[in-house]
Amino acid sequence: MHGSITYLGYGLAAIGPGIGIGLIFAAYINGVARQPEARGMLQTIAFTGMALTEALAILGLVFAFVFKNG
Amino acid sequence: MILSALFAHTPPSLSAAAGGGGFQTPSTSDFWWPLIGGNNNSFAFTRPSLVMLLTVALLGWFFISVASRLSLVPTKRQWVAEQIYDFVRNTIGRDVIGAKDFKPFLPLLFTLFTLLLVSNVAGIIPFVQFPTTSRIAFPMVLTAVVYVTYHVVALRRKGGFMGYMRSLVPDGLPGWLKPIMFVLEAMTYFLVRPLTLALRLFGNMMAGHLMLLVFIVGGEYLLLHTGSVWLGGAGILSFLFTIVMTAFELLIEFLQAFIFTMLTALYLSDAVSEHH
Repeated sequence: MHGSITYLGYGLAAIGPGIGIGLIFAAYINGVARQPEARGMLQTIAFTGMALTEALAILGLVFAFVFKNG
Repeated sequence: MILSALFAHTPPSLSAAAGGGGFQTPSTSDFWWPLIGGNNNSFAFTRPSLVMLLTVALLGWFFISVASRLSLVPTKRQWVAEQIYDFVRNTIGRDVIGAKDFKPFLPLLFTLFTLLLVSNVAGIIPFVQFPTTSRIAFPMVLTAVVYVTYHVVALRRKGGFMGYMRSLVPDGLPGWLKPIMFVLEAMTYFLVRPLTLALRLFGNMMAGHLMLLVFIVGGEYLLLHTGSVWLGGAGILSFLFTIVMTAFELLIEFLQAFIFTMLTALYLSDAVSEHH
């Protein structure tokens, strides 16, 4: 077997942000279900959180390509 | 084979499939597809450039032709245009930036959303089939526009450079925490935001397109070049799965256009808000 271990590394690195984004949107859906009129405000907060959490996964994707040949 | 006759340079996985050689896994080099200007020229006119020109022409034609014949009772096309505008104006603009300040930014948001939507969906339109944003240059330019806009707006609203820097630190923090908070916030505003905004769009579009390519090229190889009934069956399954993944791609493409515009609005709302 041959290939690059960075792909495996990226798969592992995506676990954390995956769980994080799941938690954020679970909370968002809960919030909207309980109080539909707060949707606009919650949406902003949920997407800010998602942007921050997803940044980790995106950095992982980039580093997978950066370290592939190095 | 037809492809290689048409273009000076055909991506490796496609030309290998056409030539009947060994299986070559699709990779990032499949996204480099120059049409005019040579193989190693960074300024070559590439396939995504062509798709981008088509996108702009389509959007320009559609919205200009709709806007020049507006009527109180909308036609079908006017209804579509109004729905898209309504979505950007109310769901993205007004709800995120706030009813007081959102109007000056609507042209930017609307342009970003429609441009991204069409150029992303170009990834699954037959015969076009290349998401423009899967080349990093296009997200980078769009992000540069957003980056300059939200910094300029913030500099104007918060009273120059010092006012902007002061607004990065929230009020009511203990003194020793302020420098740490300032470094973190400055990194977010100046580095992490543009980086993730461009890379999120690019990463999603490239990964999605690469996945479709793996299933199509792999399915073609299994079906035609292995000569085994079982592997041929696996190739047919792979093609069927491509159809499912194409529908999934459509969802992702819409979502990425929405998230990019949404985050632009979010950064702008930070820039126009009075306090942190």
